Amino acid sequence: MSDFCPGNIRRNRHGLLHYLTLGTAAAAILFAIVWILFIASNTSPGPAIENPKDFFITLLNGVTVAGLYFVVASGFTLIFGLMRVVNLAHGSFFLLGGYIALRLQREFVGGGSVFGLTSDQVSLAQWVFPLLIAAAIIAVSGLLIQQCLLRWNQGQELRQAMITIALSIILADQMLAHFGGIAQDISWPRTLDKFVDLHLYGITYPVTRLFILGFAIAVGVLLWLWLKKTKTGMVIRAGVDDPAMVSALGINIQFTFAIAFLVGSALAGIGGVIGGSFAGLAPGVDGQWLLNSLVVVIIGGMGSLGGAAVGSLFYGLVTSFAAAYLPENYTFYSVIFTFALLAAVLAFRPYGLFGRAA
Amino acid sequence: MRRLRPVPSIEFTFGIGVLVVAALAPLLFSSFFVSFILTQALLLGIAAASLIFLSAYGGMVSLAQVALYGIAGFTLGNVVTTGDSNGLNLGWNPWIGAFLGVAITTLLGLFLGALASRSTGIYFLMITLTYAVIAHYFFGQVVTLSGFGGISSIHPPKLIGSPETHPLRLYYVALIVALAVYVLIRYLSRTPFGRVLQGVRDEPVRMSSLGYNVALHRMLAFGVGAFIASLSGVLFVWWNGHIDPNSIGIAATLDLLAIAVIGGLYRLEGAWLGAFAFVLISNYIRHVPFLEHIGIDESRFHTVIGAIFLLIVLASQNGILGCLESVREAVRRQRGGNAARTGAREPR
Repeated sequence: MSDFCPGNIRRNRHGLLHYLTLGTAAAAILFAIVWILFIASNTSPGPAIENPKDFFITLLNGVTVAGLYFVVASGFTLIFGLMRVVNLAHGSFFLLGGYIALRLQREFVGGGSVFGLTSDQVSLAQWVFPLLIAAAIIAVSGLLIQQCLLRWNQGQELRQAMITIALSIILADQMLAHFGGIAQDISWPRTLDKFVDLHLYGITYPVTRLFILGFAIAVGVLLWLWLKKTKTGMVIRAGVDDPAMVSALGINIQFTFAIAFLVGSALAGIGGVIGGSFAGLAPGVDGQWLLNSLVVVIIGGMGSLGGAAVGSLFYGLVTSFAAAYLPENYTFYSVIFTFALLAAVLAFRPYGLFGRAA
Repeated sequence: MRRLRPVPSIEFTFGIGVLVVAALAPLLFSSFFVSFILTQALLLGIAAASLIFLSAYGGMVSLAQVALYGIAGFTLGNVVTTGDSNGLNLGWNPWIGAFLGVAITTLLGLFLGALASRSTGIYFLMITLTYAVIAHYFFGQVVTLSGFGGISSIHPPKLIGSPETHPLRLYYVALIVALAVYVLIRYLSRTPFGRVLQGVRDEPVRMSSLGYNVALHRMLAFGVGAFIASLSGVLFVWWNGHIDPNSIGIAATLDLLAIAVIGGLYRLEGAWLGAFAFVLISNYIRHVPFLEHIGIDESRFHTVIGAIFLLIVLASQNGILGCLESVREAVRRQRGGNAARTGAREPR
């Protein structure tokens, strides 16, 4: 729609208000650092210099959850970057992927009590194969949706967003009908579900969280290599800049679009399986993960892979530290920090840290 | 340049007819229909009108309207309740509660509007969706203000009376507010502010170079939208007596968008039409004979709403009103009338 950011035209970059907001933001960040390091009164971990162990655990928690944010949001941002499609059904893809893997895992393992499976009943293969199959199913469904519903509305961003919203309403309702309203967990395999001694202030840390982080880094590196070093990636990057020109050069841009949608949806599905093992699946989780993806890409900038990485890191750290380092009676205010982060970024960069106006 | 056409006389007559029926509704329909279906349609219609105001005149499709409506409702709930409900239980006069609900929501709307005002189109949609989800979690997690259980036994002022004992009073209050909101939006669209807003919607760059403050106009429009949404929120809480975070969750947010889309995202009247259709579907779907055979019953109501939403978005974005209009255009063309008149144009 808008080819550049019209609001910025009249914006005085060196006005008093600009410096005032900048100053407030800088002061807030400084205060947060001082608070965490030296004061932190009435919090459960206490100041970081006195209790480095809990500080590092909070840090690790933030970084690992950021990994999961990145896996999910990178799919979202990939689809947007190339096709300008805001896939608001991304959260539904996430949840559906999780549910499919959950069903498959229960089928593969057999048995299990009413409370689901425990990790010693599940081998690595019984976790990996449901993941792969669920990712494939979600990828194909995403592709079908793109080909059947979105493709012929190309360029009408708002209408495409509305189509995906309508789909997310239908999917949420159908998932409630088929998978019920009770929260369920995908079980981690027994090879991963244990703790490891990090030899750092005596921290023993869950391997699953480290696995999520490693997986996210692997996804990030692979996506980066794919986009920067392969021919498809080159076409995708060219397509982001000028789809019409790429098309005119005789490249089948529709095929590239389809691949990007396939990969983006698959990432939502994979995210759903990992997220379902990590935090469980229930109605409403779709909205929660749509929010997570939105926050990450609004902070980082739509369509930028690096932006998604930085955005998820910020978001993960802020949620983790806000939950741990708020005074005890106020921990439930942590959601405000998500909003504050978003507001701070939007106040300076309406299109995100690494974003460019479309 | 897309603009809303002036209301032709046939629509004006029709509008007066609807208004007369609405005013006489207690004589014409059962009391359940009036106090439940019609009142709810009016309330949802006001909220949808705030969304349609922003999208039709400002080009901003906002998903934050339900959140704003909830902020007004939660403010009211916190201020007026006494005793053992969740929240602050300040126990103040209900009118002060309503005033504070509207005032706080409007101020917050201006602030949120300022943050989002430099974005447009889908960016705006995403940012407002984020507002909506954050508001939901905020009221869920902050137990001093509400918590997931929500606030119960919120009573309207004595003048209006409880909706159980005096359902008609609340119905007429909702009707009057709905009418006032309609007139207000119509009036605003003709003021210099409204004209500039429509200019900003169509040509932000040009308006900016003409010296208009684009971001400021978007922010003010968002404030007006917040004001209208807050009226709906206050009425909703009076009508329902209870508000909890799920009533402003993502499902409710998307329901309101569905209402606006079903009615017609670019037609103000569509707000109440969409709300009426929505409430009818949600209440009477079990009486539709065929649907049961394909496994759709009352509890799958959202599948039906989603499907209608999808069909309308795929067909056009003008909703029921848009469809009626194209039929009328077709009939007129058949009769060989003046084909030069154009219908409501397709939005971007």
